[in-house]
Amino acid sequence: MSILINKDTRVITQGITGKTGQFHTEKCQEYANGKNCFVAGVNPKKAGESIFGIPIYGTVKEAAAETGATVSVIYVPPAGAADAIWEACEADLDLAICITEGIPVRDMLIVRNRMKAKVAAGGKETLLLGPNCPGLITPDEIKIGIMPGHIHKKGRIGVVSRSGTLTYEAVGQLTEIGLGQSSAVGIGGDPINGLKHIDVMKMFNDDPDTDAVIMIGEIGGPDEADAARWCKEHMKKPVVGFIAGVTAPAGKRMGHAGALISGGADTADAKLAVMEECGFKVTRNPSEMGRLLKALL
Amino acid sequence: MKIHEYQGKEILKKFGVVVPRGIFCASVDDAVSAAETLGGKVWVVKAQIHAGGRGKGGGVKLARSLDDVRQLAGEILGMQLVTHQTGPEGQKVRRLLIEEGADIKKEYYVAALTDRATQKVAIMASSEGGMDIEEVAHATPEKIIKVFVDPAAGVTDAQALELARGIGVPEASLPQAIDTFKKLYTCYMETDASLAEINPLILEGNGTIKALDAKFNFDANALFRHPEIVAYRDLDEEDADEIEASKFDLAYISLDGNIGCLVNGAGLAMATMDTIKLFGAEPANFLDVGGGATAEKVTEAFKIMLKNPKVKGILVNIFGGIMRCDTIANGVVVAAREVKLAVPLVVRMKGTNEELGRQILKDSGLPIISADTMADAAEKIVAAVK
Repeated sequence: MSILINKDTRVITQGITGKTGQFHTEKCQEYANGKNCFVAGVNPKKAGESIFGIPIYGTVKEAAAETGATVSVIYVPPAGAADAIWEACEADLDLAICITEGIPVRDMLIVRNRMKAKVAAGGKETLLLGPNCPGLITPDEIKIGIMPGHIHKKGRIGVVSRSGTLTYEAVGQLTEIGLGQSSAVGIGGDPINGLKHIDVMKMFNDDPDTDAVIMIGEIGGPDEADAARWCKEHMKKPVVGFIAGVTAPAGKRMGHAGALISGGADTADAKLAVMEECGFKVTRNPSEMGRLLKALL
Repeated sequence: MKIHEYQGKEILKKFGVVVPRGIFCASVDDAVSAAETLGGKVWVVKAQIHAGGRGKGGGVKLARSLDDVRQLAGEILGMQLVTHQTGPEGQKVRRLLIEEGADIKKEYYVAALTDRATQKVAIMASSEGGMDIEEVAHATPEKIIKVFVDPAAGVTDAQALELARGIGVPEASLPQAIDTFKKLYTCYMETDASLAEINPLILEGNGTIKALDAKFNFDANALFRHPEIVAYRDLDEEDADEIEASKFDLAYISLDGNIGCLVNGAGLAMATMDTIKLFGAEPANFLDVGGGATAEKVTEAFKIMLKNPKVKGILVNIFGGIMRCDTIANGVVVAAREVKLAVPLVVRMKGTNEELGRQILKDSGLPIISADTMADAAEKIVAAVK
């Protein structure tokens, strides 16, 4: 088992014909069961053609109807990415994973409120992962996104993080000390996104094949503290926590649009304090995440 | 992206918010003729820099005669204005706004910003205008009224009224206050702002609601569709090295320490900075080379870091995924040679082709210190600069 995706997941790639989409689709196909998982691409101008043996459809709805795919991954450039998310949502997919970096915040605001309104009106909920995220992977089964597959190892530790390379860092440490991962999830560095730490923690808590979790956050926003407070009441599994940005100055955007200290409660120190109070094993040394987790098992 | 107050007021005016009459100028003579053009008996001479807290720092003064205007403009233009947001060195004042005086009866606060938790636009208002809103939020949070706006609906009449009554706008001025809040929201959305703040929003003796200040910040991701906002950019107000870095698609922010760091990924870059601090030193910068670093990009990154005279050592931390460690290693070697690197350099590489990358560094004959973990790297660079 794993969370969100496994070897039986069937995936549509939106933006498959672009440079980034092509590059990563090939890598995803090469990983584990990828050849069977990536079943459709979307590009209205190239419907009927195919790429890497994957048929291209004009719309997500059509691709889903033809292939039975329930998940999409989005590499569409920023100006059109929010519309691509909405298209996945209108096609009633289970999950849309948006890799695209640099989507205007207003576009995300509008699409997130539309998605919520759809659910409120009784429509099917499509989960969103990202945007501006590396995607997610269930080792030895399926990789959807841009993470390097070979650093992963199948196992029983969950990893969730806003940052791509910091996720790889945690995964690399785990693999090096012999601990495999159930799933590793990058939720992305944007201020307005889909799944948050708390949502992914709930899934790891419910997953019988996850024994413990590394939760990595960053300065900015309330998400890590919200997740920690939920975990205090409900989480049955040990959690190691790290927050990047102890040295980040207030008011400066540190690369990620979401990594910006705006008030007093969203500094790294404040978040670490909440996480510790909620029973996480927190560290200020990101090189120790793997070892600390091992000690908790 | 930030802009000046006078530019913010131009935007507000375009969206129908009432602002004082004012003229932007860059010399003392222009300031005096601006005051003459405006007429009246009282003028406000306002320093235009991007940082807040200008009033407290002595950058906003009241003039009661044209001679006053001349004297104050002379004092303020060219001064190093120090506020709580500029740092101790301050920011040089190059531009002024000369405004007509206002008959202030009451000062309010209002701002629009994106609320991450609700994923809506928050309109925040307070009866305690003219003060630092973070202090108000801390000391008297009940004096801040917030409404959350669904972008599909916009600000409703009920929401705008709740704000206006909540901050104590008198009955006669309610319609204009409601109108102002709605226009502020429209302006926020249509310009892709990430902050639109009016502090203070004033009530004049005659009942008029007027924006006496304007502070905007815009979403960098949306500037591609706002050439009119990009035109407001004032490079004098930005860090020259950060501008240079952005030309090469590098995210760079200068900090106060002495260890330069070059990392791929924003989260890993912050984690690297934190590790440096953990081992007793301070980072000189944040630098994310992003996903597709080339030798040219790495060389530019080295040049930018080394422009900072405080840098006594460099730490490179790369987690190679799509970006291969051998590519980075080649880039580091080329860069170190091209800039004739004279400070200690520690390189930590993990991931795709890490062995190959390490070999390249070793074979280069350069005195590059190799490290295995982030902690190992930080420990080594801190020791090397001591």
